[in-house]
Amino acid sequence: MSQITRRDFIKASAASVAAGGLIGVPHIAKAAGSAGKVVVVGGGAGGAIAAKYIRMMDSSIEVTLIEKNPDYHTCFLSNEVLSGERTLDSIRFTYEGLKGHGVKVVQAEATGIDADKKVVKTSAGDFPYDRAVVSPGVSLKYDTIEGYDEAAAEKVPHAWKAGSQTAILRKQLEEMKDGGLVVIAAPPNPFRCPPGPYERASQIAHYLKNNKPKSKILIMDAKGKFSKQGLFTQGWKDLYGYGTDNSIIEWRPVSEEGKATGVNAATRTLISGELDTETKADVLNVIPAQTAGKIAFAAGLTDDSGWCPVNKKTFESTLVGDVHVIGDASIATKMPKSGYSANSQGKVCATAVVAALQGKDMITPSYVNTCYSIVGEDYGISVAAVYRLSEDGKTIAGVKGAGGLTPTTATAAARKREVTYAYSWFKNITHDMFG
Amino acid sequence: MPHKTIGTALLLAGGLVLSSTSAFAADPTMLGNTCAGCHGTNGSSVGPATPSIAGLTEDTIVEAMKAYKSGERPSTIMGRIAKGYTDEEFKAMGQFFSKQKMVIYPQSTDAAKAKKGAKLHDKYCEKCHEDGGTVDDEGTSILAGQWMPYLTFSMEDFNAGTREMPKKMKRKLEKMLDKEGQAGLDSLINFYGSQAK
Repeated sequence: MSQITRRDFIKASAASVAAGGLIGVPHIAKAAGSAGKVVVVGGGAGGAIAAKYIRMMDSSIEVTLIEKNPDYHTCFLSNEVLSGERTLDSIRFTYEGLKGHGVKVVQAEATGIDADKKVVKTSAGDFPYDRAVVSPGVSLKYDTIEGYDEAAAEKVPHAWKAGSQTAILRKQLEEMKDGGLVVIAAPPNPFRCPPGPYERASQIAHYLKNNKPKSKILIMDAKGKFSKQGLFTQGWKDLYGYGTDNSIIEWRPVSEEGKATGVNAATRTLISGELDTETKADVLNVIPAQTAGKIAFAAGLTDDSGWCPVNKKTFESTLVGDVHVIGDASIATKMPKSGYSANSQGKVCATAVVAALQGKDMITPSYVNTCYSIVGEDYGISVAAVYRLSEDGKTIAGVKGAGGLTPTTATAAARKREVTYAYSWFKNITHDMFG
Repeated sequence: MPHKTIGTALLLAGGLVLSSTSAFAADPTMLGNTCAGCHGTNGSSVGPATPSIAGLTEDTIVEAMKAYKSGERPSTIMGRIAKGYTDEEFKAMGQFFSKQKMVIYPQSTDAAKAKKGAKLHDKYCEKCHEDGGTVDDEGTSILAGQWMPYLTFSMEDFNAGTREMPKKMKRKLEKMLDKEGQAGLDSLINFYGSQAK
């Protein structure tokens, strides 16, 4: 709570001037101006944090959050819903807590941004802003997989946005016969939650091992390697017989026909690779390639890559002034598209937005990512990184010699502790967002 | 939001003056906010295991981070994270968390054990962990209301010798364990976990 409000700032400025301080006149002039209006689009890991922290830093700023859904299901720990370790309701959160911080929450779909008039256009009307923060997450590129679309996803779920999709996949796993084949099609880079498909395979393996031990999981991958690969592989060997004939999990990289190209939803058949290899599954989970959330395109925030270029210090779009983009949709160079990245970016962005509205300079940013995966019972692994802005301001780069993975030599006791810390991560990050 | 004293505001305004002319690298709030995803908003953890760090003294935070960074203090993830920061940044984090008040969230404890633990605390711990372990005095940290799994992990590390105990603590703990065994430790942890403020 050591952020100062504008009132304190002016008071302090006066005191400091009286004490021979050197605060520039333009700063005072700007600081004495309007408190400002901020419109945040998207109430997820980035947007909820930006909205709340702007209010925490300066309660005179009016913050409106535009969110399509009445509640939010976290992607984090949704894989434990698939294994039956937790309920879908345990990853559901409402926006009541944000209202308590004075955030005006509007349930509506943002459809565009008029940057000249400085208005966010929504299904519930126009919302004027001094600064807008867009945190739209990802949209799924159904068209990269023939035969796959939103309708097909009812039968062949992606479950890459938690909620009803998670419920469908869980139900299918429950209904599958022992001896069935689960196929997970993992997407090409870059995508939301890089370790996610592999934690998912782990959690489903955990469920099958205890309930349907004759069943198998086949990961068909558009890539040749993946996040935390060494640790996942080690965990799969320790828990699921990986590498043996009886392994529950098998992984096929892009070089072995792994890349999904098509789906026959009616027969739950995946088509992959250059030879159009057909794999008939009992449960088919297809996670398509991804791009920035729809509103980012409508608002002109994306470049040719399909993601949003931003000033790395403030997360202000380099394409549309006074509009900031955070989370999965932003190009944050070395930071992965993760929940903790979005959380960290939300706070850096909140600081920048408050500074801009108060007529101050943005301070030096600091960013962190921390990500846990639960491979099985008492078996947690993690990756962490501390990031700084490079001298030229172009890269958010990990500090050398810091961060990294759980050591492969970690003891069983340490892995067990990492599970309790993973749950703590979940409780604290969701409380940080919605509490 | 609590009202700031002029002193605090002046100090921060001083930082802001610097920021417009030179790089003010270590901003307490900027750094402190990066910890919240695991340690809770403003350093008060909602559990179940990550410790609250709100209300610890600046020195306690700085020393803990240095020990994590050097590897002197064992950890799962903190060592990896601490390596990303300078001493100046540790100090800024310390400034931030020392100004926060620890919010205690309820956890389920065994009342009989807590009662026994209160007695053991008075006998073996109170001399350094003053006022029932509610104050962080010269690096004693705050034990009252701390998450019990974290206290358990800490004691496991102390007992295993992977984390060094102050001599006085080692003596007292050995005495306590001789007389009460692991059940005594469990009672103490339940006592700290049961404290609401």
